[in-house]
Amino acid sequence: MSSQTESAAPGGAEVVTYREAIRLALDDAMAADETVLLLGEDIAKAGGPFKTTVGLYDKYGADRVFDTPIAENGFCGIALGMALTGLRPVTEIMFSDFLPTAYDAIAMELPRWRFMSGGQTSAPVTVRASGGGGGRFGAQTSSTGESWFLQFYGLKIAVAGSPQGAYGLLRAAIAHNNPVVVFDHKAMHLRKGPLVRGDDRLAEVGKAVVARAGADVTVVASLLMVHRSLEAAEALASEGIDVEVIDISWLRPLDVATVAESAARTGRLVIAEEQYHDGGWGASIISRLATAAAPLATPPVAVSMPEILISHSPPLEDAMIPSAERIAEAVRSVCR
Amino acid sequence: MTAPSQAVLRSWLEQMVLIRLAEDKVMEIYMQGLVPGTVHLCQGQEAASVGAIGALSVDDWLLCTYRGHHHALARGMDLEAFFAEIMGRDTGACRGMGGSSYVIDASLGMIGSPAIIGAGIPVATGAGMTARLRGEDRIAMCFFGDGACNIGAFHEALNMAQLWRSQVVFLIENNQYGEYTPFRDSTALPPDAPIAHRASAYGMAHTVVDGQDAIAVHEVVAQARAQAVAGDGPTLIEAQTYRYRGHSRTDPGAYRPPGELDAWKERDPIGILAARIGASGEVDEIRERLQRDVDEAADRAAEGPWPTLDQARNYVFAD
Ligand SMILES: Cc1ncc(C[n+]2csc(CCOP(=O)(O)OP(=O)(O)O)c2C)c(N)n1
Ligand SMILES: [Mg+2]
Repeated sequence: MSSQTESAAPGGAEVVTYREAIRLALDDAMAADETVLLLGEDIAKAGGPFKTTVGLYDKYGADRVFDTPIAENGFCGIALGMALTGLRPVTEIMFSDFLPTAYDAIAMELPRWRFMSGGQTSAPVTVRASGGGGGRFGAQTSSTGESWFLQFYGLKIAVAGSPQGAYGLLRAAIAHNNPVVVFDHKAMHLRKGPLVRGDDRLAEVGKAVVARAGADVTVVASLLMVHRSLEAAEALASEGIDVEVIDISWLRPLDVATVAESAARTGRLVIAEEQYHDGGWGASIISRLATAAAPLATPPVAVSMPEILISHSPPLEDAMIPSAERIAEAVRSVCR
Repeated sequence: MTAPSQAVLRSWLEQMVLIRLAEDKVMEIYMQGLVPGTVHLCQGQEAASVGAIGALSVDDWLLCTYRGHHHALARGMDLEAFFAEIMGRDTGACRGMGGSSYVIDASLGMIGSPAIIGAGIPVATGAGMTARLRGEDRIAMCFFGDGACNIGAFHEALNMAQLWRSQVVFLIENNQYGEYTPFRDSTALPPDAPIAHRASAYGMAHTVVDGQDAIAVHEVVAQARAQAVAGDGPTLIEAQTYRYRGHSRTDPGAYRPPGELDAWKERDPIGILAARIGASGEVDEIRERLQRDVDEAADRAAEGPWPTLDQARNYVFAD
């Protein structure tokens, strides 16, 4: 994989693609803990539909990298059984849109199993899912899915907004003693960024990351929207607006404190999310700040998907997924 | 496979009587208002659990269902913890977080008892994979009903269990009904074929056994266990049995044809085992003795404190 790994970044970081960061996280987690194993469709010899497992089958063998049948509910349930008996499985769900076929295992079994037993068992399963639009894939292969599980208390939920996030969140999820769903974004896979690897680079569970510090407006984003918010911030800098971008990183636990602290400083809040607003994490943040009477100068604004479905037709998909321009416009609107 | 000794058979008889009495007691305390929710009782199905669990080693894992009291008691769950769990008390086996459907003791290898039909089948397959990957002399024993054989999880798990030679044994307790519907009305099969026949679609070993005969169940489970740990793959066992009571507490079972229940009671599993071991004359004495244990355990359980919300909070996430 050295073709995707350049070693010229500052501070000992290498520059890698986001999907290579995922692969490196899996590789390092498997090297660090022999109970870690992978289950997913076409992930063994073929290296994964998104090349997130290239080389791992050769390195770790057939007893640690499993090609599953197309049976998401079944193999996530199998992962639960492995976890209850001492292993740390990671399942790969090719597209987030396939998560609903595994709803029972992920939403109903994983998060409740320990509770129902009165704490006698634990289920350290990581479910990885690649989601998001931009690929012209159409209605059933373009969702981020990131907020679908918020009401299934008992799961932790992570969203990767950069190569470092993809690496650190996945490593943290795998090491965690509870079930975690980790979302990544397909349109980020080939995007490069700095990465520092290592067993001391696990993300802190429930901690948001300030992707860009700023004084005038707080933008909270996930996944691809982190990148687009950073683009918007660069454009707005030339207009004299200094934007702080928070990569929310965890939807549960939700780091309300970091957002509240930032919004209290800037007095302005924008949510950038590739999902519908109602029932999502962005709505939760606004609700939490409202009930805590956060001192905002202007009402918060959410940049979300319009309430239509995603088509493969380019102008339609582009109109669905918040652009840097839409985010910038929202920032301007709260500054007026 | 060595045949069980007379002492072992005698202990099975006692276990079956204990399960019968405990289930009757659950009904009694339910009527006294001591049991929240509902209960799914298993009177009539004792032999399938006792025979199967009798074939397991102490290290084996078990996946049970909401109709799982007989599995818990056959595996040796403490009686007071059993009743206290059903009553929702902090002293219960699951600290009052589970209840009748979910009563397990992980220290006995009982790793789960989901109420979602079929959900335990992939989980058992995964546990069986752990045993295989570690090369352990250990299996996962998976109990479920005839109704579970129609949900996707059953087919998905059987496919992977056979592909990967998971060290798992699947046991269908075919009690003839899924809720209020005879299994043949919901289960497409060749004429007169048993449900276990479905395993052949996956190239999996399968067998049908008289679920009222604990010795017969033991024999097929012991055989299946040996096959699984040898790396020769899982077996789908269908134990034909019957539940004497309705599906759940409120079901009088009016959908059953006249005479069906009585015909099954002619082949009561306790009577069959007692006769096989020449202990028919001792059943009354066993019953009397165990009734005292059951009554005392239920009385003690009813004294147990309620759990608190703070305790409940602590059971959601591991540290
Ligand atoms: C997925 C799902 N659908 C429906 C139910 C409701 N339900 C509970 S028990 C039951 C019947 C199951 O029959 P069977 O598997 O034969 O088990 P038995 O009750 O006879 O032991 C049903 C439909 C459920 N618990 N889960
Ligand atoms: Mg049934």
